[in-house]
Amino acid sequence: MSTATQETEPVTPAPLQSFTVTLIIRRYDPEVDQEPHWQDFDVELFPTDRILDALHKIKWEQDGSLTFRRSCAHGVCGSDAMRINGRNRLACKTLIKDLDVTKPIYVEAIKGLPLEKDLIVNMDPFFESYREVQPFLQAHHEPEPGRERLQSPTDRERFDDTTKCILCAACTSSCPVFWTDGQYFGPAAIVNAHRFIFDSRDDEAQVRLDILNDKEGVWRCRTTFNCTEACPRGIQITQAIAEVKQAVITGRVR
Amino acid sequence: MWSWVLHRITGVAIFFFLLVHILDSVVLNFGPDAYDRVIGTYKNPVLGLGEAALVAAIVFHALNGIRIILIDLWSKGTRYQRAMFWIVVILWAVLMAGFLPVHLHNAFTEGQ
Repeated sequence: MSTATQETEPVTPAPLQSFTVTLIIRRYDPEVDQEPHWQDFDVELFPTDRILDALHKIKWEQDGSLTFRRSCAHGVCGSDAMRINGRNRLACKTLIKDLDVTKPIYVEAIKGLPLEKDLIVNMDPFFESYREVQPFLQAHHEPEPGRERLQSPTDRERFDDTTKCILCAACTSSCPVFWTDGQYFGPAAIVNAHRFIFDSRDDEAQVRLDILNDKEGVWRCRTTFNCTEACPRGIQITQAIAEVKQAVITGRVR
Repeated sequence: MWSWVLHRITGVAIFFFLLVHILDSVVLNFGPDAYDRVIGTYKNPVLGLGEAALVAAIVFHALNGIRIILIDLWSKGTRYQRAMFWIVVILWAVLMAGFLPVHLHNAFTEGQ
């Protein structure tokens, strides 16, 4: 058998083609504008870029006054939740290739919280609701000397989903109930209450259930599933809220 | 989202029907003849279409209401919410397919 010698050329991957994408951003400068307005930007982008890269390019090369929050830029800190083409997303986790670039991409601040400037909203009401549900461990029993509070893998699994929350507010600001009733605790606060209500080491589940049994608590949820679709961490939020509802009814948390 | 929007719209629509329904029931106080005359004015094709819309709204609201109860109280409810929505839509279509031909036939032929 003769071995066929092949003329092998090193396969260089085709260089990624950049293209022009139009972003339409809802701008608002409280010192100048009476009302928010939409502004177009054309940006050269690669399919592998993210919306956050587009915003950076605009801020660094076209208009330094564009204002937005971002910190880690890798989907962990939860700073850059915004409304992209009508859906709440993290700008740092939304790839250009996943969007229809033949049409302009609409970017605006999340809804339901007071607009401060461009893509930044006042998060205070959001964090006030979060604090109200007492999102910290309250264990009144002492572990054995020299030991930690042990928990079985099954008990840990019970609240695993709700530990993933990064407090980006994508869920709460996608909730139509929260848009019209800012007093509603909102999905994020209930998710973080769920995280401790169903923790076998915690002893104050009943206190949190009483807080959420309020008129503005879990019963405001109309199961629209907007929060579950908005969550960048894939938390089954409506499921968590339903579990808290059932715990309020039955009083059982384990 | 859209199941919730439809639930709201049908709910408000049914509420407005209830207002009319209470008013026409009050007429019973003025005797059976008065009631018959008021109810008689409903027998025209326009209100026949209105009745079709009313039944469509009530059937959707009732079926989706069962779906929402299951989401809240059945432990697997949220997992199957999308499937349950399509079951609601299919059941609604089947029930309306049985109801509409008979009702519209009556609405457009009676009184002629």
